[in-house]
Amino acid sequence: MNLADLVERLDLKVYAGGAELARPVSGGYVSDLLSDVIAHSRKDQLWITLQIHPNVIAVAALKELAAIVFVNGREPAAETAARADKERIPLCGTPLSAYEFVGRAYGLGLAEK
Amino acid sequence: MNEENAYQQEFQVKGGDFTRAGEVSCEIKNLLKELGLSAPIVRRAAIAAYEAEMNIIMYAWQGRLDLSVTPDRVRIVVEDKGPGIQDVELALSEGYSTATPEMRELGFGAGMGLPNIKKNTDDFRIVSEVGRGTRLEMTFLGNGHKP
Repeated sequence: MNLADLVERLDLKVYAGGAELARPVSGGYVSDLLSDVIAHSRKDQLWITLQIHPNVIAVAALKELAAIVFVNGREPAAETAARADKERIPLCGTPLSAYEFVGRAYGLGLAEK
Repeated sequence: MNEENAYQQEFQVKGGDFTRAGEVSCEIKNLLKELGLSAPIVRRAAIAAYEAEMNIIMYAWQGRLDLSVTPDRVRIVVEDKGPGIQDVELALSEGYSTATPEMRELGFGAGMGLPNIKKNTDDFRIVSEVGRGTRLEMTFLGNGHKP
């Protein structure tokens, strides 16, 4: 599954990195603690979080994550989006809670491999 | 290859500079990749470098990371000028943090920084002097079997 499929099927809003939607996605990781994401996320995963400040971009870049999904309708700060475009990290948003979002993503077959 | 022939580079980190947080560790990661080190050692060194960099930004006034690379091992020495750590043993335990409420709201201060470093290094030494600063020595071996 690639990011474009997920954007379409989960009705995600894309805030940055729109040119990167062809990248593959394999599973995801949910956390709002940056060190936890650094320790446990894996390459090509979606990172589901409510943290919208610019420091999330370095974490996603370092771990080569597929994209960041902001839940609960939270929108990234302008600086976060600017940095994401520079680092080519797609930023997406959903009005759903983390629980709801992950449930639907799993339902589409986006499970751990 | 001996120590004298190692590839070496120094990186400066300024305390409190959250706008550039993560830049040094990203640079180190890309450099290690370009130097052709194996994926596991690149991953472990990047995680440890990130945590060390963030510790300088969050707690110290200034610091530096000295990277030295040979084909079979990566070494990063981190030195900062800062408040130091009162109780190193305690700081190494998972979940312990002295981060401010503001930092915690941003998702920092999980109390995983030093434990993450320890987990991802093959050799880790830490010396801290209260009121002066902290020094970390982190070694990663190419054939290491750490997770």
